[in-house]
Amino acid sequence: MVARALSLGREGRKVATGLFFTSPWIVGFVAFTIYPLIASAYYSFTSYDVLRPPQMVGLDNYAEIFLHDDIFRIALGNTVYFVLIGVPASLITSFLLANLLNNDIWGRSLSRTLFFLPSITPAVASVMVWLWIYNTQFGLINGFLAGHGMKVIPWLSSTRLAKPSLIIVQVWAEGSSIVIFLAALQDVPRMLYEASLVDGAGRLRRFWHITIPMTTPVVLFVLLTGLIGTFQSFTLPWLLTRGGPNYATELYSVYLYRNAFVFFKMGYASALAWLLFVIIAIFSVVVFRSSARWVYYRTE
Amino acid sequence: MAGTQQALPLARPGAQERSWQAASAAVRRRRGVVRTAGKLALTLFVFALSVIFFLPFVWMVSTSLKTDPQVYHVPPLWIPSPVRWANYPEAMTYVPFGLYLNNTLKYCIGSTVGVALSSAFVAYGFSRVQWKGRNTLFYIVLGTMMLPFQVRMIPLYLIFHALGWLNTYLPLVVPSFTGSAYFIFLLRQFFLTIPTELSDAARIDGSSEIGILLRVIVPLAKPALAVICLFNFMDCWNDYMGPLIYLRDTAKYPIAMGLEQMRNHSMSVAKPLVWPHLMAASAVVTLPIVLLYFFTQRTFVEGITLTGVKG
Repeated sequence: MVARALSLGREGRKVATGLFFTSPWIVGFVAFTIYPLIASAYYSFTSYDVLRPPQMVGLDNYAEIFLHDDIFRIALGNTVYFVLIGVPASLITSFLLANLLNNDIWGRSLSRTLFFLPSITPAVASVMVWLWIYNTQFGLINGFLAGHGMKVIPWLSSTRLAKPSLIIVQVWAEGSSIVIFLAALQDVPRMLYEASLVDGAGRLRRFWHITIPMTTPVVLFVLLTGLIGTFQSFTLPWLLTRGGPNYATELYSVYLYRNAFVFFKMGYASALAWLLFVIIAIFSVVVFRSSARWVYYRTE
Repeated sequence: MAGTQQALPLARPGAQERSWQAASAAVRRRRGVVRTAGKLALTLFVFALSVIFFLPFVWMVSTSLKTDPQVYHVPPLWIPSPVRWANYPEAMTYVPFGLYLNNTLKYCIGSTVGVALSSAFVAYGFSRVQWKGRNTLFYIVLGTMMLPFQVRMIPLYLIFHALGWLNTYLPLVVPSFTGSAYFIFLLRQFFLTIPTELSDAARIDGSSEIGILLRVIVPLAKPALAVICLFNFMDCWNDYMGPLIYLRDTAKYPIAMGLEQMRNHSMSVAKPLVWPHLMAASAVVTLPIVLLYFFTQRTFVEGITLTGVKG
């Protein structure tokens, strides 16, 4: 009995130590995550303009979103477009670039740096340059076209081209994925490549049957984080086009921000936020479930 | 033939043997040339692509040094002549960049100190102490990384509004003292690689847990700590949305918002040299981070891969 009490005490003391060290995070978690989660769920059932106390409106916000809000539908559509086209575009581009950079070439670290630079540039600065590159009259591309008598391309002023223009900038700034893929590529066992060479496998075969399968866990990681990040994408569309032209680049987070801090419809925005959470969760689960079929974990 | 029918190896190779050796040497040389040619072709291809990626920066600097008529030249000019260096000091006084830089540094340094201290402290609890419920709590920490910011954004704003912290940097700096899930994760992984014998030895010598953290773990974890300081500093420098939500007075703006303010202002006023000034300001905002990266390159790449892959 004494022994049991002693061991309880020792274990208890360890738990106390563990909790002591993790307490800063726990405090932050309760104050800045748990409470806001519950509060925003509550606000989503209210109409709240910050000046007056929140008024309960039940499911009115959600009804408004699903039945009457056209911009919600446009914003959601725009965001899904970004996710379905932008995320794979970034992923494939960075994967291919990482493979290219994994080869024995001269000036390898310099070229890697050049690809990585856009991802560490402040978004405000990147946007400024791209605004100037995309400029309809004097931009880098259109100036060249106009100067040679060709028709200019309305990158950011056309509702059709605005989203692809944004995706181009997003892919350009995806340097961190390249670094992650590079690390994963260097982790693929050399032995597999050597064995395949003995069997007479060419470059393409090695790429398709060794490189890709062995890096699928990291691909899943980049895919999931890219998906979650793109759904929350605010800074790029807000700075580049403010959601225009004509809501072509009004992404979900832009619309949410507008409702919260421009219209001060805090209740409505909270409903939008929870809806976003659910949508992200659904997409994440779908991707994760599908991953059992295409991801190869070396430990199995 | 006659030479190949000998049972014993010869001290000097026969004629057939010599011609075979010469032939295989020639094949090896050709293979070497082909390999080098292949390497050159690949190098050129990769550099061509990387130049495309780097082009916007060249365009940024090129535009920033142009004079008025040259900016609007069609087709676009790459090399300005004359080179107008005055664009840079002019751009810096367009809006109070000195003040904004000061604000940014206060934000970056304050947040980085908070994040480094708290994340190391918390990561210690997840890696150097064996306690029941440790892993469960850690999975919750990881789970929060997937939570979209928008779901917490509005109540956070309202909390800080109630506290009177709006229009200050407190909402951006204080929470960093409660640790960041991403950095806690990274440090935990790193701390786990430090042998437990070191902690045990210190414990036997009567050191407290905090003592072990300070005297054993932290000195060994300096590379990882450097990584999180670097990443956090960069995130704060580049942060636009955070300051956008919490700050009202232009006097409190960080340089990210200052640059945006400059763009909004210059677009509405028909001032000359708008674009060169904007490009100069953009270059100034970008340069410190680029320099920081160059001087800490290896740390950077190690940091991204520490959690990206090995987690």
